[in-house]
Amino acid sequence: MSKTNNQQPTTNNQERRYMKLSGLEPLVLNENSNFINVGERTNVAGSRKFLRLIKEEKFDEALDIARHQVDGGAQIIDINFDDGLIDGKEAMVRFLNLIAAEPDICRVPIMIDSSKWEIIEAGLQVVQGKCVVNSISLKEGEEKFIWEATQIKRYGAAVIVMAFDEVGQADNFERRIEIAKRSYDVLINKVGFASEDIIFDLNIFPVATGMDEHKRNAIDFIEATKWVRENLPNVSVSGGVSNVSFSFRGNNTVREAMHTVFLYYAIQNGMNIGIVNPAMLEVYDDIPKDLLEHVEDVILDRREDATERLLDFAETVKGTSKEKTADLSWRENPLQDRITHALVKGIDAFIIEDVEQARQEATAPIEVIEGHLMIGMNVVGDLFGAGKMFLPQVVKSARVMKKAVAYLNPFIEAAKSDKSEPVGKILMATVKGDVHDIGKNIVSVVLACNNYEIVDLGVMVPPEKIIQTAIDERVDAIGLSGLITPSLDEMVYLAKEMQRQNFEVPLLIGGATTSKAHTAVKIDTQYKNAVVHVNDASRAVTVVGDLLNKKSSHLYTAKLKKDYDEFRTKFLKRGKEKSYISIDEARKRKYKIDWETSEIVKPKELGIQTLEQLSLKELVPFIDWSPFFRSWDLHGKFPDILTDKVVGEQASIMYEEAQQMIAEIIANQSLKPKAIFGLFEANSINEDDISVQKKGKEVAIFRTLRQQLKKREGIPNIALADFIAPKESNKTDYIGTFCVAIFGAQELADSYKAKEDDYNAIMAQAIADRFAEAFAEYLHKQIRTKHWGYASDEVLTNDDLIKESYKGIRPAPGYPACPDHLEKETIWNLLDVENQIGVKLTESLAMWPAAAVSGYYFANKEAKYFGLGKITDNQVTDYSKRKGITKEKARKWLHPILAEE
Amino acid sequence: MSNIYKALQERILILDGAMGTMLQAYKFTEEDFRGERFKDYPTPLQGNNDLLSITQPEAIKTIHAKYFEAGADIVETNTFSGTTIAMADYQMEDLVYELNYQSAKIAREVANEFTAKEPHKPRFVAGSIGPTNRTASMSPDVNDPGYRAVTFDELRIAYKQQTEALLDGGADLLLVETVFDTLNAKAALFAIEQVKEERNIEIPVMLSGTITDASGRTLSGQTAEAFLISVSHIPLLSVGFNCALGANLLQPHLEAIANKTEFAISAHPNAGLPNAFGEYDETPEEMGEQIEEYLKKNLINIIGGCCGTSPEHIKVIANIAAKYKPRLVGGF
Repeated sequence: MSKTNNQQPTTNNQERRYMKLSGLEPLVLNENSNFINVGERTNVAGSRKFLRLIKEEKFDEALDIARHQVDGGAQIIDINFDDGLIDGKEAMVRFLNLIAAEPDICRVPIMIDSSKWEIIEAGLQVVQGKCVVNSISLKEGEEKFIWEATQIKRYGAAVIVMAFDEVGQADNFERRIEIAKRSYDVLINKVGFASEDIIFDLNIFPVATGMDEHKRNAIDFIEATKWVRENLPNVSVSGGVSNVSFSFRGNNTVREAMHTVFLYYAIQNGMNIGIVNPAMLEVYDDIPKDLLEHVEDVILDRREDATERLLDFAETVKGTSKEKTADLSWRENPLQDRITHALVKGIDAFIIEDVEQARQEATAPIEVIEGHLMIGMNVVGDLFGAGKMFLPQVVKSARVMKKAVAYLNPFIEAAKSDKSEPVGKILMATVKGDVHDIGKNIVSVVLACNNYEIVDLGVMVPPEKIIQTAIDERVDAIGLSGLITPSLDEMVYLAKEMQRQNFEVPLLIGGATTSKAHTAVKIDTQYKNAVVHVNDASRAVTVVGDLLNKKSSHLYTAKLKKDYDEFRTKFLKRGKEKSYISIDEARKRKYKIDWETSEIVKPKELGIQTLEQLSLKELVPFIDWSPFFRSWDLHGKFPDILTDKVVGEQASIMYEEAQQMIAEIIANQSLKPKAIFGLFEANSINEDDISVQKKGKEVAIFRTLRQQLKKREGIPNIALADFIAPKESNKTDYIGTFCVAIFGAQELADSYKAKEDDYNAIMAQAIADRFAEAFAEYLHKQIRTKHWGYASDEVLTNDDLIKESYKGIRPAPGYPACPDHLEKETIWNLLDVENQIGVKLTESLAMWPAAAVSGYYFANKEAKYFGLGKITDNQVTDYSKRKGITKEKARKWLHPILAEE
Repeated sequence: MSNIYKALQERILILDGAMGTMLQAYKFTEEDFRGERFKDYPTPLQGNNDLLSITQPEAIKTIHAKYFEAGADIVETNTFSGTTIAMADYQMEDLVYELNYQSAKIAREVANEFTAKEPHKPRFVAGSIGPTNRTASMSPDVNDPGYRAVTFDELRIAYKQQTEALLDGGADLLLVETVFDTLNAKAALFAIEQVKEERNIEIPVMLSGTITDASGRTLSGQTAEAFLISVSHIPLLSVGFNCALGANLLQPHLEAIANKTEFAISAHPNAGLPNAFGEYDETPEEMGEQIEEYLKKNLINIIGGCCGTSPEHIKVIANIAAKYKPRLVGGF
């Protein structure tokens, strides 16, 4: 008969005891237990989707994630709401209460995961089953550890103990066992904690990082696991497995193999619980032998050169899956490491709490900016400079930086100390008449996060204002941006003005239509000081750094001038090699369509229609993603870019974030698509003009421009008018014209900027641009298949659309086939665009809102896109006469396409 | 008082039967419930059985004595609803301490009398801690599953007060019973642990859940084993089931936990299932036969009765139990 007493019941003294947990149903470990898999998608740090749902209070959908985890085989679900923007305690209670009403979820035990005791306790108070607390440690001393463990025991939960003590996180074998042993002894002897309810997290750290001190990270964990299981009776050992392969993120094949190998040995040595993404596991025996060998060399630290060999080998295998796993182990690192990590990774979840800690430790709040944050940003700068970080990551870093600085500013103001001295002050502006500012914003952010002070004058900035502000603010450099061709002339004008007023500061030129050629030929010649064409944001920092470096800037400027001079000479020489034919000659060589046989389809719906009730959802399938990535300096074709070796991981992250933002935009209807289009009778007249008619009466004339480049015999010189039946054919032909726009992008971007979130502000604009293009594509399809109906039977995939493999074209004024922006005025008058849907034209004939597309529809099956190329003076004369404008005005607008005489 | 551990090793201990059923026989009127002291109390008091420890203490005493006479080792205090939460129905939250104290005191006196008469068979008082009328892990509002009518802390505070009063009044042990929501029971256990720590004492605790239907789960959805795991973090004197089902229907659930715990096992089933009139009509002999099945299987350490049982039932059960050895506690 046993001795029963009122102490912890004991029976056979040395009998192995096993942890038992419960939800609605029991989870009992025994000597035959398999590895216990903990689901981690209900963790805001592990799942972006879950985080978003919680932030949006979509608890129903969040429950689905929990359910999915359980259905997918998770035996415990880890629940974590540690995020700076969430009331963690409230969310924990609410979510657990809701889970309690879902028997298919709460049948499994809950792992209550938080770094905050109050959240853990709130969770323990609402769950009837036996939970696991994740986690406690000796980090803040024995007293707190004992108190928390005592409470946990009283609430009836098991506990994960991190291998962490007052000194820091255990990172080798000795420290792991030292802390585990001490934690165990305290729990058993001072708390009376049931030994089988103790789970050790012995810290899984990455291997193959290239650092010698990380070589033994995996093997030390495995050996420590073995020691703990052999020497600390009844305990379990757990860990977050994905961490081990951290240095191979982006290469899932290698990661999966690493996880598998790691688990294979860790489990053999006693690891019995873990957070593992089942999608990121391979079957041990299915790992190719060569890969297995390389991975085992690394995990088990079997060779000196194991890391190098695996890195080389990794190049030859490419991943497919895209799942990501959570890893919060960096939260256990020292403060500076955490801040640097947050900046490098662009994680803003903890930055306020970390900065607050830094502030409390610092003698003045400014030290946090100059010290902690700048140290971190320097790492970002170095990585970016070395091509190890990509632009979107840097913008995210800037977001974290801004958030931190915004938090510190009131303290700095209060302390009345001086602000951090910026290394330079840069004026940024999108020139008069132009409204496009995504690129300018990106450059601004990148510069700002490199400690330049940015004076951002926004869009459509008149030159006088730029000049005046540059003087008033004593800026160190001026950056000009523009997307549409008239902006080029604005830049030239500004360079002249700067010269006239004896400016000395460097001028930076950027934007989609700018080029080194134009800068060298047209702008550089107007200004004696430095002019630089900066074609991507990643170059901006180094260029500005060189320009503002007091010691070497003269040398750099001289080099630039010389470079541009040489480039100019070469370019002009090349330009002269081309020869042109007269406009009359070109007309004889027009593109000839046999109008006797060519099919002309009468539109089903002639006249003008507006479209304002469309859901953005309809447009999503029409989005062409490649330009989206280009706007972020990530080059590659969608969807291949998502798996690209260099930018793939970053592109995937951005793509996912873009998807999330699109979902939010759709849900909140924060962007509004509007469109207007008209289908009319038309004939070409006077060779190059298109007469638009309503019931035989002329209502507008489009002027088209004709290619003049001398071509081989038999190759036509095309104008858009060639695609419309001429009056003389006596056939009634048709033309369409349209404008689509996305409203609300500016407001949306501003709302993010107000929250110091430039990253999402830029993202919002980029997405609005994509929607505008998608809308144009969508509308074109509607025109082809419905309103005009000349291709009512077409079946095209989105890919076909992007490849434009449909019949008919939709060229846009300002683009290669018809670079003349003035034609937009004709469209605006014809459709009454501004009054009908509210899209305006600026003085440079840019559209506002900026996310807009306007153009023509040509339906003839022979109609095709072409580039106009350069034209000569005699076409300009002819054009100005036809259009009834002065030749001077014509030259001004056609300036960028005039052939050098 | 802790020699209940010794008694538990020597024999199957007998818990008393229903208090409510016995009180029904007195047919107390509203005036009887009120007594002189609560003559003018603003709320109706009939049905507040716990109050009878103050207004009709003799009846309570008599019932305890009848159960001891019938062979019970342990009687439960008349405090099933003795928390501020349950007493809110009668606006008697302020009376909670006194109710529990008086109830424990009455039972203590009767137990002492019997122990004095039969020193070889010490009698024990179990402070009865009921589930309250609110659930901490279920919403009473079908449209809002996240809502809770009571929190863990509210329960813990109420249970702590009841625990202290019961101990002050002389209870030897506590019986957290008729647990239909495990979270309520965990709050009670938490409160008891706090009292143990504050007073630096050990308190034997019996914990008894309720399986409410044929699915074999508690009202809050747990299986018998999950329930057992959820309450095993505190060293219990015993764990088991009571109420809701008759003895025969309780058996599979006792079997489900008996070989999975080192605590003693208790059962106090109803006298069968209620008939069409809501009465329990299983005779002592019928019930005894079913309980004998438990004993033959060696499932039990503490046995008694719940709704519908009387001293006659307990007498039959005690006689049968005397023929059997207790379940071996601790897995030997």
